[in-house]
Amino acid sequence: MTEPAIDVRGLVKRYGDKTVVDDVTITVEKGEIAGFLGPNGSGKTTTIRIMCGLLKPDAGTGRVLGMDLARDALKIKREVGYMTQRFSFYEDLSIAENLDFVAGLYRIAPRRKVVDRTLEELGLASRRNQLAGRLSGGWKQRLALAACTMHQPRLLLLDEPTAGVDPKARREFWDEIHRLAGQGITVLVSTHYMDEAERCHRINYISYGKLIAKGTVAEVVAGAGLTTFLVNGDHGGQMLRVAQDLRAAPGVDQVAPFGTTLHVVGRDGAALEASVRKIAEGAGVRWAPAETSLEDTFIQLMGASRDNMA
Amino acid sequence: MNAVFSLTRLRAMLAKEFIQMRRDRVTFAMMLGVPLMLLVLFGFAINTNPKHLPAALVTAHQGPYERAIVAALEATGYYHFTHVGISATEGDALLARGDVSFVVTIPADFDRRVDRGDHPTLLIEADATDPSASSGAVSTLGTVAQEALQHEEGTEAQAAAQKASQVEVVTHLRYNPEGVTQYNIVPGLLGVILQMTMVMMTSMALTRETERGTMENLLAMPASPLEIMLGKVLPFFAVGAVQLTVILVAAKVLFQVPFVGSLWLLLSGVLIFVMALVLLGYTISTLSRTQMQAMQLTFFFFLPSILLSGFMFPFQGMPLWAQDLGEALPLTHFLRLVRAVMLKGAGFTDVRPTLAALIAFVVIFAVLALTRFRRTLD
Ligand SMILES: Nc1ncnc2c1ncn2[C@@H]1O[C@H](COP(=O)(O)OP(=O)(O)O)[C@@H](O)[C@H]1O
Ligand SMILES: [Mg+2]
Repeated sequence: MTEPAIDVRGLVKRYGDKTVVDDVTITVEKGEIAGFLGPNGSGKTTTIRIMCGLLKPDAGTGRVLGMDLARDALKIKREVGYMTQRFSFYEDLSIAENLDFVAGLYRIAPRRKVVDRTLEELGLASRRNQLAGRLSGGWKQRLALAACTMHQPRLLLLDEPTAGVDPKARREFWDEIHRLAGQGITVLVSTHYMDEAERCHRINYISYGKLIAKGTVAEVVAGAGLTTFLVNGDHGGQMLRVAQDLRAAPGVDQVAPFGTTLHVVGRDGAALEASVRKIAEGAGVRWAPAETSLEDTFIQLMGASRDNMA
Repeated sequence: MNAVFSLTRLRAMLAKEFIQMRRDRVTFAMMLGVPLMLLVLFGFAINTNPKHLPAALVTAHQGPYERAIVAALEATGYYHFTHVGISATEGDALLARGDVSFVVTIPADFDRRVDRGDHPTLLIEADATDPSASSGAVSTLGTVAQEALQHEEGTEAQAAAQKASQVEVVTHLRYNPEGVTQYNIVPGLLGVILQMTMVMMTSMALTRETERGTMENLLAMPASPLEIMLGKVLPFFAVGAVQLTVILVAAKVLFQVPFVGSLWLLLSGVLIFVMALVLLGYTISTLSRTQMQAMQLTFFFFLPSILLSGFMFPFQGMPLWAQDLGEALPLTHFLRLVRAVMLKGAGFTDVRPTLAALIAFVVIFAVLALTRFRRTLD
């Protein structure tokens, strides 16, 4: 078996007395698209920065592309493409000048030709002399992705690449990520959009600095051991009362309204079913068992990890 | 080696820095505006040996001696009598208000005492609130009055006898016999302007990247600290060359400062000095988190440089501890070099110690900058 593209163990990062990354172990196999999920402020950016050598961990070891994080930081940099969460190319340089700069730093040859081809593929050839700062959010994202893949890295670290981008651009972005993975590039992509998790081969879920779930989407959902029922009525007002009753009932952990349908989730399947049956039939609304969604799972996991913190 | 330095990467850094410099209007304006402003301010407006200072003459009557003294004093160029023949109280009031810088009082019995061969007294009151403003004028007084009187008294024999009995004080103002302030100030300004603009602009080099969030990207790419440093500081040699040209032309055309030494020696000195300055600025940049901090650190170096380098006050006249501090500043050494080369025509062997000192600064700042450079965002 070949060595994983990312193999970091026990990473810890503290700022002051706050532990921002707490004993995080992540493995990403070669050629895989790994999702790195978690709410804002959970430590995704910090973990990714450690992986590309921009931050020194307070504890933990790691190998990236078979190279040691502590010793081979410079070599790792040459093989990794890192797309920062905030656009961090030069806004006072034109699109072409930015690409030219990146190509120079990676010693790409022939520089001119590669830059021209990249512009062509991006569809920005006609706007090459436009300042990067004038681009819209979606175009900035595409430029950044093109810039950090120009040197043909073996590993891509993408930090919330689709934040604030419209749905169409998001879809195109994911198509591009899958195309790159098809070429054998390993991708680790952080996001806090649940639906994007479904587009990853495997996911890692981090909350309050702790990694609390990993595996395929199905594994993560199954691993949480949750039972879900849908309770469905016709009137919003009535469902509001039903939701209130359910929240107070034994065995019920989450009640989330979707229109006039309630997602009712709990760890204790039998107790949950008893409560749902009693309240739904009392109110005269429909109820049925359902698949637990990834979102239900994460909300459950987050609640649990917060309880651990306290 | 490949990891530490590559010409391709340095070229990429340089190209980027030049483009950014060109597009940054404020920096561009500062590069040319600051030297011109300082030249005009220090070169034209500030004069530590001022002439034509207003003076008043308090005297009871106006005989030939009084006229002779007034004429002689005006001939020095320092005095310009705006009030003549006023009373002592009027003189006091003028001096207090600052309307005049000097009040010359010739007592009523002055004529008689000169004729009798007594020691006549002449009272000069100077507004010494700014000692440097009046020192030049005061220093000429003794001899001027003597000579004026000798002239009036006539016979050459008498004059010769009197001269012999006097202690002759010879003041030799070498290199700048007329005491033209600009001769000293303008070459000094070259150092001050370079110090101010070079350090200030390079001190922003990294903090600007940090504040704009581009540092994260730069550090994630394989540029080495050496390449980043050179990419950030080398473009300022071009700026320095422009400033040097402006100042040297101004020195020649506007202030007629003589240039007796070797231009090549001066250029070598400037090159090393600028290298020390940009590395100092870059070191500040590695130490600061924000542009504000960088600015404060720049001024922290700038003020002592102006005060203790010999630019404002004569170096030898400072207390020893201040001289020791001054020795630790690149500007001190550069001023010695530029004045020696421009005004005294000093050769390489004369300025070797100052060149060596400047090179030491280059090495110190380069090592400091490279060791202080943070490769991570911590
Ligand atoms: N330089 C820093 N100093 C102090 N706290 C920091 C620093 N960087 C990040 N943090 C804190 O660490 C936590 C995790 O941040 P981050 O890794 O950016 O999370 P995410 O990317 O998941 O949103 C946040 O609470 C943030 O405030
Ligand atoms: Mg983040």
